Amino acid sequence: MKPSRLAIITHGHADHARPGHDHVIATPDTIEIIKRRYGENCAKTFEALEYGVEKKIKDVTISLHPAGHVLGSAQVLLQYQGYRAVMTGDYKARPDSTCAPFEVVPCDLFVTEATFGLPVFQHPDSADEIKKLLKAREEQPERAFLIGAYALGKAQRVIKLIREEGYDRPIYIHGALKKLCEFYQERGINLGELRSPTGLKKDDFHGEIVVGPPSALKDQWSRRFPDPVVAYASGWMTIKQRARQSGVELPLVISDHADWNELTETIKATGASKIWVTHGREDALVHYCRSIGLEAEPLYLQGRDDEED
Amino acid sequence: MKAFAELLEQLILTSSRNKKVDYLAQYFAKTPDPDRGLALAAITRDLSLRHVKSSLVKQNVLERVDPKLFALSYDYVGDLGETVALIWPETVSGELPSVKDFIAFLEDTPKAELPALFSDLMDLATPNERWAMIKMITGGLRVGVSARLAKTALAKYGNVELQEIEEIWHGLTIPYLKLFAWLDGKTDKPQIKHTETFHPLMLSNPVDEIKDFEKLSEADFAAEWKWDGIRVQLVFNEDTQRMFSRTGDDISHTFPDLTESLNGAAVLDGELLVGKDMEPLPFNNLQQRLNRKTIVKKHLKDYPAFVRVYDILFDGEEDLRTLPWQERRARLESWMESHDNKRLSLSELIPFKSWEELKKIREKGAEEQGHEGIMLKRKTSVYEPGRPKGPWYKWKRDARLVDAVLMYAQRGHGKRSSFYSDYTFGVWKGNEIVPIGKAYFGFTDQELKQLDKWVRANTIQRFGPVREVKKELVFEVAFDSAHVSPRHKSGIALRFPRINRIRWDKPAQEAETLDGMQFFVEGQSDS
Ligand SMILES: [Zn+2]
Ligand SMILES: [Zn+2]
Repeated sequence: MKPSRLAIITHGHADHARPGHDHVIATPDTIEIIKRRYGENCAKTFEALEYGVEKKIKDVTISLHPAGHVLGSAQVLLQYQGYRAVMTGDYKARPDSTCAPFEVVPCDLFVTEATFGLPVFQHPDSADEIKKLLKAREEQPERAFLIGAYALGKAQRVIKLIREEGYDRPIYIHGALKKLCEFYQERGINLGELRSPTGLKKDDFHGEIVVGPPSALKDQWSRRFPDPVVAYASGWMTIKQRARQSGVELPLVISDHADWNELTETIKATGASKIWVTHGREDALVHYCRSIGLEAEPLYLQGRDDEED
Repeated sequence: MKAFAELLEQLILTSSRNKKVDYLAQYFAKTPDPDRGLALAAITRDLSLRHVKSSLVKQNVLERVDPKLFALSYDYVGDLGETVALIWPETVSGELPSVKDFIAFLEDTPKAELPALFSDLMDLATPNERWAMIKMITGGLRVGVSARLAKTALAKYGNVELQEIEEIWHGLTIPYLKLFAWLDGKTDKPQIKHTETFHPLMLSNPVDEIKDFEKLSEADFAAEWKWDGIRVQLVFNEDTQRMFSRTGDDISHTFPDLTESLNGAAVLDGELLVGKDMEPLPFNNLQQRLNRKTIVKKHLKDYPAFVRVYDILFDGEEDLRTLPWQERRARLESWMESHDNKRLSLSELIPFKSWEELKKIREKGAEEQGHEGIMLKRKTSVYEPGRPKGPWYKWKRDARLVDAVLMYAQRGHGKRSSFYSDYTFGVWKGNEIVPIGKAYFGFTDQELKQLDKWVRANTIQRFGPVREVKKELVFEVAFDSAHVSPRHKSGIALRFPRINRIRWDKPAQEAETLDGMQFFVEGQSDS
């Protein structure tokens, strides 16, 4: 993906936000997130656009609408002579108390992501997954619980969900999560007391919950914890074999992407007659759309890699 | 069912043996009878359930899910049971039957109603529970728990010695009510009849000619031939007569000629062989009678079974295992004399004065009678199940050696996954090399690196993780024996091949030929 003169950025994940554009339009939270991730000067100019506010660029009117994916995430609505096209970016339709709830935007053309675009992906209730974690913690109080979670969005959501189950002990976080957790806290999302594990002894972590980026689960960093239960919060954890291969003992199926049911329900709810599918399992979702009489095409975008979950 | 499904997930997702033991022990503690015993039997695969074909499972799901979407999903997930468990349309989950009721449903439901029963159960379950049920009913439940590990968990749960569980294990029946009652401290240890149950075997270790013989004194040991049959345990009294393999599988039905001949009451340890007048034929002949569901009449006549007996564990119900070998031997000899069994013969002792002399006897026995080797038993050894170090040794004949040419190399596993450490080699057949075996590399890292480098530099073709190399490098391959095998292109299969040396010095033209290999081949084809 080459830097452009004008970029509309849906959210702060690395596969959607790249540094080096001239002018960036995004929600205020997304702008703040990319500045903290890539530096104040990662674009020449920034233009914050609140959800629902329309902006005209030549003959096209653009507006951003909540995508329910991570803090600041947005869908992009383009209107041209009454024709409405929505690009979802990444989204999920289920509740998430760390960001604005997903909004169905009626449109003619719906460009949807399809990360979990197979009917085997039916994400369970996230609160139940957290209950599973807390139950395991009660059963094995001598072990540390090490949760791998993507640094932007997933980590904060997992922490928030744990708090919502009434867990009020300090939660330990890897250094890579610090900046973003602070930002979430500044934005009024209460994550409770977060601590750094640095400088503590192995024995200090019996029964404690530690959150780190997935890449840290296997490296040197994880060895400071006593016999850790490796947990991983991701939609991919649906597949047992995948959990097993990644050495995950406690898979937590918690996703920031729409599962199959959310994808298909959302497609119907937008009322769009034309669906373009990208960013994942295009084949299955295109097949589904056609089977219910919608016009659908796979859209293979350039520059996709490093999908987060 | 809920707790059982949870247990299965825990077992699958932990690779630690100790944690598996803990998870099992926790499950036994919180699960009532008979569920915990049935679950145990399901996990150790001792439970024979009425199986539902996976085609029924698939057919059922295709009534609910678009076939193309199912195919794409199956392709992605790779496992039918898991695909069905995940793709089953979300429903309101409800109360699932207990393991006991689940099994009863399966057993009692008429065939025509099975699909309906299946979908009712799927509707009630969570994905994980669906997965557990599908695996159970299609017979594909594999969660990496051996019988040994399960017994270790039972011992931990009941705070008893593993040995105590082993001792009574084969006398227990599913769902192990008496066992759990004892482990819960409610009753005494279950009583079992020794002459009706399998007892774990005592095994030997290979002798290291250089290190061990220095330390061992000839006078402390008795020697016997190592018979080339299969190790069996005869367990019999007036009511039942049974024969078990070394792992405790009941193989009585395959050898009725033998089990029917047993009289008296005892537990005997010996080698199952075939041959007329108790003269052993090569192993291939015995193999024809193994693993058969039906008895071939001709086999009973041509390959009559007999057992060369070498130990006695119980004389009637009297436990002899704590006696020294020498006393057991005397008891065995007198037992054999007082019982006229037409299919039992005593494994004779080989008199010898020195290891040097015994070595000569062993070489002669191998050459003239094809004996596999010699067993050495310490005269004072008690019968101790497992593989204790010191009391019993096996002294196998020298390995055979052949010079073979490297053909293919494959990347290894684990620590060695970045090296080509798994090799296929062959011998000359006219102008081409035909494969005769495959072995891993067993040498130093230095040599491995050198070999890996050679492989990379001499590759002619690649097939995924496999490289075909120029037929130029010679390996000295050691093996225990060679057999006729119609499944191999060369017609020969090696037993326990391993790479002895890399012969950097030897030209490939001087490697062995297929004709030359015939010298090593034993017995005739078994099919
Ligand atoms: Zn994203
Ligand atoms: Zn994405």
